[in-house]
Amino acid sequence: MALPATRPTGAVPSGAGGAALSANQLLDIYYFLRLTRTLEERLVALYRQTKIIGGLFRSLGQEGESVATAYALERGRHKDVLSPLIRNLGSLLVMGAQPLEILRQYMAKADSPTRGRELNVHFNDLETGYLGQISHLGDMIPVMAGIALSFKLRGEPRVGLVYIGDGGTSTGTFHEGLNFAAVQRLPLVVIGEYNHWAYSTPPEKQFAVRDLADKAKGYGVPAVTVDGNDVFAVYEATRFAVERARRGKGVHFIEVKTYRRKGHAEHDDQHYVPKTDLERWAKENDPVDRYVQRLLAADMVIEADLKDVDDRVRVEVDQATDACVDEPLPPAESALPGVYVDPPAADKLWFKAL
Amino acid sequence: MAEVTFLEALRQGIWEEMERDERVFILGEDVGLYGGAFKVTEGLAKRFGESRVIDTPISEAAIVGAAAGAAHMGLRPVAEMQFIDFISCAYDMLTNYVATARYRAGLSTPMVVRGPCGGYVRGGPFHSQNPEAAFLHTPGLKIVYPATVRDAKGLIKASIRDEDPVLYLEHKWLYRRIKEQLPEGEEILTPIGQARIARAGKHLSIISYGATLWKSLEAAEQLEKADGVSVEVLDLRTLLPMDDAAIVATVKKTNKVLIVHEDTRTGGIAGEIAARINEQAFEWLDGPIMRVTAHDVPLPYAPTLEDFVLPQTEDIVKAARWLAAY
Repeated sequence: MALPATRPTGAVPSGAGGAALSANQLLDIYYFLRLTRTLEERLVALYRQTKIIGGLFRSLGQEGESVATAYALERGRHKDVLSPLIRNLGSLLVMGAQPLEILRQYMAKADSPTRGRELNVHFNDLETGYLGQISHLGDMIPVMAGIALSFKLRGEPRVGLVYIGDGGTSTGTFHEGLNFAAVQRLPLVVIGEYNHWAYSTPPEKQFAVRDLADKAKGYGVPAVTVDGNDVFAVYEATRFAVERARRGKGVHFIEVKTYRRKGHAEHDDQHYVPKTDLERWAKENDPVDRYVQRLLAADMVIEADLKDVDDRVRVEVDQATDACVDEPLPPAESALPGVYVDPPAADKLWFKAL
Repeated sequence: MAEVTFLEALRQGIWEEMERDERVFILGEDVGLYGGAFKVTEGLAKRFGESRVIDTPISEAAIVGAAAGAAHMGLRPVAEMQFIDFISCAYDMLTNYVATARYRAGLSTPMVVRGPCGGYVRGGPFHSQNPEAAFLHTPGLKIVYPATVRDAKGLIKASIRDEDPVLYLEHKWLYRRIKEQLPEGEEILTPIGQARIARAGKHLSIISYGATLWKSLEAAEQLEKADGVSVEVLDLRTLLPMDDAAIVATVKKTNKVLIVHEDTRTGGIAGEIAARINEQAFEWLDGPIMRVTAHDVPLPYAPTLEDFVLPQTEDIVKAARWLAAY
C-alpha cells in the first residue's frame, strides 16, 4: 500500500508486528479505534444540533497512532500516565476515560469531569492515568517531565507519555521540557505527531528540519520516525520506548507521520488543504481500514468479530448520549468555589446582591 | 535564642520542612552543591542528597512545569528562580498552567516558586525586579513577601505546607542586612493571608511590604521625633490573598493612608489597595489615598539613577508629612 508523503519507517519494522498481541488484544484495539471514530461522529451530529457549546476537534485519520501509543502503556490505577492533545481522543479512551465523560465535557454539563469549567478533552484522572492538556501547546512536556520525575524520585517503575504536534514543536516549552527530561534521564516517551497541519500552517512554514525526530536528536534523545497510520508499527515503537524508559534508560521520542483529515476544528473548511491529498489519505491510508485489512488478511480475526464490536460501540455511544444530552448546565454560582483550598470560594461581587 | 539573618532564617525554614516531610524537594539553577547564587540552599544537597536538591538547566518554564507535574503526584517542590526577574520566562507556565489547575481540573498543585527580588543593590534592570503586580492578577496563585527574619522563616514553612501554589518573594537587600533572635526548637509558622502591625500609631497609616517596610519604619521614627506625628505601619506580608480586614482596620484607626512599595507606580499593587479602601472604608478617610512608589521606568544601574527612581526613606517622610498636614 502506498504511503503518501511519508518515508519508510527506518528502525521500526512496520510489516512484522502483531505477534505479541493476542486475538483479544487485537479486538480490543479495534474497539478503541471504532469507539473513537463513532464517538466523534456522534459529536459532529450533536455539534450540528448546537448541543456542543464550543468547538469540535476531530482526530479523523489519527486514531491509529493515538490508540496504539496509549495501548503500549501499562494501564490501571497508579500505573503509567499519559497526557493527550486535542486529537488524542483515542488515547484518552484507551486510558479509561468514558464516552459519557467526553460527551458531558463537550456539552459543558454540570456533571462533566470539570463541572463545566473546561472544554472537550481538557480533563484528567491521574489515578487512572491521564492528565488533560491546556491550550498552550508545549506546556505539557515540562509538566509530564515533572510527573516522570516523581516516578524517578520515588523509584516507581512507571512511565509518562506525552504528545506534541508538528506545530507544537516550535514552542519554547517543548524544547525546555525535552531537554530537562533528557538531562534528568526521566522515564518519559514523547510522541511527535506530524499530521501536516498546524491550524492552516504546513510544516515548511513551521520548521526547517525534515523530521521532528531531528529535533529530539539534538537533545541527545533517541528518536525514530514511524508510519503513524500503521497501528502495529506505532504500537511496537511505543512498546520499545516505554519499556526502555521503564528500565531507567531515559527519554525516547517517536515521530508518527500521519495526516489531519479534518480542519483545525469543525468550523474550519480546510480550503487551504489540497483536495487530492485528503482523498488519497482517506482512500489509501486510513489507519482503521489498514488495521482491519491486516487483521483479516492474516486471519487474526473474523469479520463477525469486528461487526460485533461495531454494534457494541454503537450501543455504548447511544446510551452515553441518551444519558447526558438533556442534563443541566452547572448552576451559575458554582463558578466561585475551588480556586484554592483556602479560601474555599471567591467572593461574590457586591453588585450581584443589588 | 540565636541571631540569624533573613537568609539564614529562610534556609532554616526550608531545611526544617525537608527534615519534616520527605516529599519536599528543591529544584533550580545552581542550587545543589554550589548552594545557589545567594547561598540560600547551601548545605541542603549535602544533607538531603542531590535527588532532593536538583540542579536544572537554565529553563525557568521547565523548572516550574516540572514542579507542577511533581506536585500533582503528591510531592512538594520548592522551585528557585535564580533571580526573580527570570520568572517572566515561566509566566505562561505559572499563570496558565499552575494557577488554573485546581479550578479548571481539580488538580492539586502544592508548590512554591521562590527567588531573590528587589533593588537598592545596583543590580540594573534585570536583577532588581519586583514582579508581584504581574501575578496579583492571577486567581489561583498566592503571593507572600516577608519583610522580617521571623516571617522569612514562618512564611516559607507555611508556603511549603500550603495546598496551593505560592510565589514567595524574598528581598535580596534584606538577605544579610537584617538579623533577629529566633528561638531554637520553636516551630515558627506565619499564617498566609495575615498582615501585621509593624508599628502602632494614630495619625496616619503607611501600608507597605518587603524592603520598603523598613524604610517606612525609619520614616515613621523620624516623623515621630521631628513632627510628633504618630504613624502606624502595616506590613502586608501576604499580597494575595490580601488582608482586607487589616487594611480597613488601620484606615478606620488613623483615617489617612500612604501606600509605599518599591515596584513601579502604574498598575502597581498600591492601586489595588487604594481601590479596596475606596470600596470598603471611603467614609473613614480624611484625605486622599497617596502612593510612594518607584518611578515608571525600568530600574537603572547607576547609583544616582537607582536612588532617584526607587522610593527612599526621605521620600516617605516628605509624603507622610504632606498627608499628615492635609
